[in-house]
Amino acid sequence: MTTTAEADSRATGDPAVDNVLYADHITIKFGGLVAVNDVSFTIPPRAVISLIGPNGAGKTTFFNVITGLYEPTEGTVFLDGEDITAIKPHVRAAMGLARTFQNIRLFGLMTAEENVMVAMYPHLKAGIITTILRTPGQRREEREARDSARELLQYVGIGRTEGELARNLSYGDQRRLEIARALALRPKVLLLDEPTAGMNPQESSQFNEFVYRVRDDRGISVLLIEHDMSVIMKISERITVLDRGAMIAEGTPDDIRNNQTVIEAYLGKTGTREGRRHK
Amino acid sequence: MATPTLSRPTSTPSKGPRLSGNTVWALGYVAVIIGLFLLYQLLLPNLVDSVNSVFYSWLPVSTINECLMWAIMALGLNVVVGYAGLLDLGYVAFWALGGYTAGWLMAAPFNWEWDFSLMSAVTTPGTHINFWLVCIIAGCLCALLGIIIGAPTLRLRGDYLALVTLGFGEVITQFFKNSNDIAGLNVANGDGGISIIDPIGTGPFVVVGVPQKLLNNTADNVYKILVLGLLVGFCLFVSLRIREGRLGRAWLAIREDELAASMMGVPLVKAKLSAYAVGAFFGGIGGVANASAITGAVSPSGFDFGKSVLVLLMVVLGGMGNVWGVMIGAFLLSWLNSAGLTQIGVQIDDWFGTSLAGTLPRYNYIILGVLLVLMMLFRREGLIPEKRTKALMNTPNRTEMEALGADITEAEEESEAIAASDAAQDAEIAASAELNPVIAEQDERERNESDR
Repeated sequence: MTTTAEADSRATGDPAVDNVLYADHITIKFGGLVAVNDVSFTIPPRAVISLIGPNGAGKTTFFNVITGLYEPTEGTVFLDGEDITAIKPHVRAAMGLARTFQNIRLFGLMTAEENVMVAMYPHLKAGIITTILRTPGQRREEREARDSARELLQYVGIGRTEGELARNLSYGDQRRLEIARALALRPKVLLLDEPTAGMNPQESSQFNEFVYRVRDDRGISVLLIEHDMSVIMKISERITVLDRGAMIAEGTPDDIRNNQTVIEAYLGKTGTREGRRHK
Repeated sequence: MATPTLSRPTSTPSKGPRLSGNTVWALGYVAVIIGLFLLYQLLLPNLVDSVNSVFYSWLPVSTINECLMWAIMALGLNVVVGYAGLLDLGYVAFWALGGYTAGWLMAAPFNWEWDFSLMSAVTTPGTHINFWLVCIIAGCLCALLGIIIGAPTLRLRGDYLALVTLGFGEVITQFFKNSNDIAGLNVANGDGGISIIDPIGTGPFVVVGVPQKLLNNTADNVYKILVLGLLVGFCLFVSLRIREGRLGRAWLAIREDELAASMMGVPLVKAKLSAYAVGAFFGGIGGVANASAITGAVSPSGFDFGKSVLVLLMVVLGGMGNVWGVMIGAFLLSWLNSAGLTQIGVQIDDWFGTSLAGTLPRYNYIILGVLLVLMMLFRREGLIPEKRTKALMNTPNRTEMEALGADITEAEEESEAIAASDAAQDAEIAASAELNPVIAEQDERERNESDR
């Protein structure tokens, strides 16, 4: 389980402290169905990590445990050494866990700028009374929030769209806006759920550079869920593969590329035509 | 209010064109209120009867006051329904509690002997607290009730919340119906209700010729336009200001996508509760205004489910989320209910010799229902819609359309691929996954095996 990024960090031996995020022996059951079975997972600081697996492997379920939509049946989730297993999603978001959605979930009838400003909620202080009175402090705060929202839009490359309703943006721009909105939370970990879905090859190759830029500029870790192998193989420092709720492999892209179990999971066990056709 | 979103100037961060649109509307509102006051106070009494009787019959002063009172209610419900997107079918509960607060603090309900007077013009026995203070107290009490009711129920979504609020509205009415014996205690006189509730005292304004108390006679009623206009102005101001800030954005986000909002750090229950509390605060003020300035009494029969629906209609007809639309919706519907239908009946009788004047007002809910159906058919977004809702109703969602197209092509490609699947194609698909060296190897191994 040792990766380069992990070895670089000042190891204390406790995975909860060494890593930004540590999911410790997570099991999730829905009734009798085991969606995720005893999966442990770490995200070291400043790492770009991917979670892959065939459809129904439990990726999204696992993702939802990290973001707090589901509570795991067993296991613990640590963010920066703190146990967040029982903490509500919005508190986790404020603590530095930001995500995007597989099928874009922007606030369609709000402008791009407002979308980003919504995610600043935990960092703004104005209450009902100061907002109604529009005190100098509240006005300053709003102005600063607006400015940094515009900076973020600029940063993700949709600088002139601040006044546009989110639903009117093009597909690619909506994806970018989702990332800008997530970054407004000032996250420690950025979770991207199939970020290149619907992007053309050129866009997705630019996306690689973008992810590294975000990581380096902000010093955050990035976790991706992806189907697109070409993206995953180029971008990830470490890949974790899930299949039928269990972790079947973990390692560098090269390890994964040559891992027999992974190939079987993706393409059918014996590699017969029948098995492959169904994957 | 045609303000194209694209042209929002970048140089003025805090004042977009939307705000200046609001300023125009606000100035217009002030002008209308002062205009109405001057018209009824100074101009009409000096005109010939044939002219001023038209005004007095089509738009009596009492109707204006009622319209203003309903505007307060509609603005309050607009915060809950229009801003935060929480369907509340029991809004009448806050109106009732506001009214009864006025009953408790501005009257002598239980043959009280004591004489407590706080900045009030009334000196008879009973509790008599200043109208403005009671407005604040009732508002706070309703906000508190809103939070108590909301804390368990606001975790529910959509339809379930609507049902619970519907039940809650009924519970409050029943409570006041049976309030003559709550565990042996007379809380609010039961069916009889509380009367007479103090009129609005005018305090220092007596010096400038305003009557000491604003009673329900034509002369004093005119001053109520100013008082109620001020209350509506307060609600407008709060509605508009709160919309622009952190909380307003959180409400909009919740209305758009609850799950995404919570993932972006918006505490759902807290944000919804504050929407509920602000709405309830307005409802309390509306209740006091109604009890003190319009009816002068409260009784449970006035707080039926129909009133909740009426307020909701005002919000929906006017244009959910847009305070100016909601105002117009409130004015239109309460005018129809109060003087409009009767007068339309009288007019039709005049022209055609029918006798509708007495019956038309009785069919008010049928007429409002037809109006609503027509609105939903031809102008779903309301009379003066919020720009966002208008976009929703009138233009297709770009992503949805594109995604739909993409889905269709993707599915077609997939099924074609499956139909024409053979070894070569399998290899191609594998190649797209960048696993081809291994697959090719495996394929070869397999073929060798089968050959053997």
